[in-house]
Order: sequence, then C-alpha cells, then structure tokens
Amino acid sequence: MNNLSLLINAPIFNIQLLLDGLWIGAIFALAAFGMALVWGVMNIINVAQGEFVILGGFITLLAMQFGLPPLAGIPIAAVVLFILGWGLYRLVIWRIVDADMFISLLATFGISIMLQQLMNEIFGSDVRTAESNLGISYLFDNMVTVPHIKALAFVLAFVIGFGLWLFLKRSRMGQAIRATAQNARAARILGIDTDRVYAATYAINAALCGAAGALVVMAYSIHPYMGLPYTIRSFMIVILAGLGNLVGVIASGLGLGVAEQFAGFLLGTEFQLAFVFLLLVVVLVWRQWRLAQRRQYLK
Amino acid sequence: MNKRLVSILAVVALGLLGLFGPWLFPAYVSQFSKLWLFIVLALTWDLVGGQMGYNSFGNIVFFGIGMYAAAVVQVGLYYPVAAYTAAKGGGTEFVFDAAQFYTGLAVGLPVGGVIAALVALLLGSLILGMRGHYFAIATLGLAVAAGELASGWEFIGAGSGMVTPTPPDSIDTTILFYYLSFALAAVTFGFLAWLYSTRYHLAINAIRDDEDKAEAMGHRTTRNKIIAWALSAFFLGIAGGIYGNISKFIDPIDVAFNGAEIGVWMILMAILGGMGTLWGPVIGAAVFYITKELFWTFLLGWQRVALGALIVIIVVFFPQGIVGWLKERWPEIFGPTEEEMEAADARKGS
Repeated sequence: MNNLSLLINAPIFNIQLLLDGLWIGAIFALAAFGMALVWGVMNIINVAQGEFVILGGFITLLAMQFGLPPLAGIPIAAVVLFILGWGLYRLVIWRIVDADMFISLLATFGISIMLQQLMNEIFGSDVRTAESNLGISYLFDNMVTVPHIKALAFVLAFVIGFGLWLFLKRSRMGQAIRATAQNARAARILGIDTDRVYAATYAINAALCGAAGALVVMAYSIHPYMGLPYTIRSFMIVILAGLGNLVGVIASGLGLGVAEQFAGFLLGTEFQLAFVFLLLVVVLVWRQWRLAQRRQYLK
Repeated sequence: MNKRLVSILAVVALGLLGLFGPWLFPAYVSQFSKLWLFIVLALTWDLVGGQMGYNSFGNIVFFGIGMYAAAVVQVGLYYPVAAYTAAKGGGTEFVFDAAQFYTGLAVGLPVGGVIAALVALLLGSLILGMRGHYFAIATLGLAVAAGELASGWEFIGAGSGMVTPTPPDSIDTTILFYYLSFALAAVTFGFLAWLYSTRYHLAINAIRDDEDKAEAMGHRTTRNKIIAWALSAFFLGIAGGIYGNISKFIDPIDVAFNGAEIGVWMILMAILGGMGTLWGPVIGAAVFYITKELFWTFLLGWQRVALGALIVIIVVFFPQGIVGWLKERWPEIFGPTEEEMEAADARKGS
C-alpha cells in the first residue's frame, strides 16, 4: 500500500493511470460488445471469446512477417476470424444454439481450450508484441506519457464499435440480427433465415474479437494463455451493463480498464489478474444483491 | 440379469481389483493410485455438474486447497511452516519419523478436506444464489485466481512451491498411498451411492431439471446447492492431500491449481462416462485414464488440443456418455435411461 501515499502526494500519477486504463478499457469494451451480441442473439455465452482476441493478435503478427504494416493486421485478422467463426458455427455451434446453456458453455469451453493449445503449438508460448514504432507524447512536464499507438488503438476501437453499431442499425443483415434477437420464431415466420443470421452473428463476433486482438498486439502484448482474462472481462462488462446496452458496455469497459490499472499499481502487477477474477465475483455478488432486493435473481 | 445384479457384480469386481491390485500389477501401483484419485475427481465433479446441472470449471480450487492444507498441517504439527518452506523442505533439520508421518497424514488429510469444504461453503453462499451459467463463469476465474494467489503467498512457499514431508525409509509410500487412494475412492463412491438414494438426490435433480419450479415448490434451492458443492469439495480436498503426497512436491500452478490439465480432465472424465449417473464418472475416469496413459505420449504437444477437441465432440455428438449409451442399447442390463423412467412415471400418473 506504499503506492497509495504516492498517488495522494503526486496526483499526476492518477492521470497516468486513468489514461492507461481508458486506452485498454476501450478494447475490453469492444470484445464485450461481441459477447453481448452472441449472448443476446443466440443465447450462448462464448467462453472462447478471449481466445479469438489472442488469435487475432497472432494473425496480425503473421501478417507482419509478410511485410505488411501492423495496421493492415486489423482487417486481415478480422477477415480470418470471420471465416473461422463461420466455420466453427457450421461445424459445432449450430448444433447447440437451441440446446441448454450448460451444453453451450461446455462446448465453447472445449473450443477455447482447443484454440489456446493450438496457438501454443503453432505460434509458441512466448510473450509477443508488434512494434509499431509510433512516437510517445509527454504531458505535464514529462510526468505523463502517452504512447501514440495506445491512443490510436483507443480511437480505432471506437471506430470499429461505431461501424458495427451502424451495421446493426442500418443494414438488412443487421436488422435481421436484431429481429432474431427479439424473437427468433417470429423472425423465422417473417422469412428470415435465422440459421444464416446465427452464423453471421457468431462470425461477426469472431471478427470483432480479431480486430480487438490486432489492437492488443500493437499496443500491448499477447500470449497463448492470455485469452481467459479477456473472456472474464467481457463477461463482467456484459453483466454490469446488461444485454443490449451499448452505452453501458462502453462505460463499464472503460471503468474496468481504469480499475485494473489502479489495482495493478496499488497491489502490484502480480496480483492484477487475481484482482480481475475476484472483481468478477464481487460484481456478481453485487448484482445478485441488487436484484434480490427486488425479489429477482440473475438468470 | 437385472440392473441391480450388474451393479453388485461391478462393485465386487472393482473392490477385489482394488484390494489385490498391488499383487496383480506390481509394476503399475502408482498409476493405479492415481486412477482411484481420478475416479474421486470425476465423481465429485459430477455431483455438482451432472446431478445438479451446475458446471463448475473451478473445482480444481478445492483440490489445490486440500493439497496445501494437508501439507501445511503435516509439517506444522512438528515444525514451524514458514521456516520449512523457506528451507525448501531440504536439509537435515526437518526429519519426520514414522509416527510423526502417520499422525501428520491422519490429521492433515481430513483437515484438508474440511478446509476445502469450508471454502466451498463460503464461496458457494456468495455465488450459488445465481443461475448455473453465472456460476460457471465465476468458477472459471476462481481457478486462475487461486493459482495466482498461491504463487504470491510466501508462507506456503509462493512460486517456488512446497515439498511435502519426506517419510522415513521404513514406510513403503507407494503401497500406503495406493490404499489411501483406493479407500477414498471406495468411501466416496459408497457415500454418493447412498446420497443418490435419498430425497436430497431428488432435490438436486430437480434443480437441474427446472430450478424455478423446484423453488416454487418450496425447495431451499440455494442451500441445497451450497451443500452439494461443499460435499464435493470435501472429498476433492482429501484427494488433493493424497495427490500432493504422491507427487511429493506442490507447485502452485503445475500441480495444485493445475486448471489446464487436471481441472479439465475431471470435467472430461465425467461427461465421457455419462453426466448425472453414478457409474458414469467411474467408467469415464477409467477409460480416460487408461487411454491417456497408453496413447498420451504419441500425441506429443498436441495432447491438450486433443483434450479440447474431445470435450467439444463429446458434448455435441455424444452427450449421453458411455453409460447413457449402454442404457440406450441394452436397457434390460443397465436399466432404463432417465427419459424412459420419466415417460414410465407419466404413464403411471395418467
């Protein structure tokens, strides 16, 4: 807790932590947006969410080996993950859309383990990062650093999220997705091919995670086993915000990013992960308690 | 040849195999003791996951807690634990004679189980009021958090792990731990067989089938859920204590809170054998463990990939498991499936 006095005596560190938290928080929100989409439309909690993110990062690294600039990794990762998502849907997910949620939890858990270990075998277990060679800005007499790549990732996360939002609002497929989320049966009666909608939803979620992963590898670092924390974070954000609440997702994502940075600074970075998982329990208990007051429960 | 006779024959055969195993397969005693422990892991996972419908991805937490608690008690009865872990258990100062070793085990293993059960009570009262999928994701995080916390705690050796007490040479530990594991598996199986004949079993089955209705009928669902998790944690904790002593060294992430391997295996074993049946986890554990020992090395680094693929395949294409399939195929020998029993009940009722 020595760092607490540092924060009080040198308030400038708060700004640093706040900014760092916001930069990463936008990426959390992006992955959570995808999870909320799949959850809301297909009633599946995708445990493989974090693995999609990490895989997007590895795809970006692979693209860079062919001499492409890191930023080109975003569309490439999105396209590759879109195809993977579509394939996974056609292979596995379509069989469990209407099944019990326990089945889909176990199945996506299996997918997550498979992807995690595949990445470990193919790309190796080193911590990797993509050097973008963008500059760093110094604010407040060099007390606060802003790496341009992190700020860029922040902006891009919002651009991608806004693009998806527009897609859902304006395009025919987006409307079909929203209709299916509201009532799949009615959508089928009105001639919407819900199977296609589900496939598109799952693939779009994977693509979104891929893009998020490309941002992660540019601004931060990735590792085959780092997927689970992203899954947990997405889940936590969705519970906090509720399904279909885009503003809530952004707010909780940014809030979680900031909270994590402060926790990492105060408790030591080795406890940052443990903090995320314990925070999840706290969030669940808090939601549960709020609902219990209204004689409801989390379901 | 009815169902009852088959189970009695199977129990007798397994019991004989367990008792005389060390004479029959003297070269594989340590493998067999792990098999008995794996049966315990699968059985306890199924109590919550299969019978109650609450998939726990974090039961490994209790395994690890039991392991550490047992080791700490075994050491702590005779020496200061902090000094022991600081010395990495080495040196000549920390010697355990036979009496001390046995007492340590006799006290340590139950204490490990009790502490694991207490943790389950505490955690369960926090997160078991929710529905299953929230519980599932919460437990997913717990397993990792526990490993991270254990590797940061100096008292139990932090990241460099903890050595379990070294027994004096006069004790044949392979045989000792074999019989301990066998006894634990037998007791767990017997206990669950009894438990599954009580009203409590119907209550947790009701939670799996329709929790809202069960609650509306006046069942204390949350309390029953917590009890089930604590029971499963108790046996898991003891299993952890024995496993720690078998492996002689407790690493926080690679042995105790090994969610990536043991934590996944217990789920796979239960669903492979057949969720929600008494014999399913036993058969699943045996089939999985033997296949693993025979073929695992051929897969090299791809074992864990295969593990994930297996889970997906079983869950999606083979959800009834081995026992469920046997029941479908030969109902006269293995008894009717759940659905058929329900249908029979419905016919009787109308």
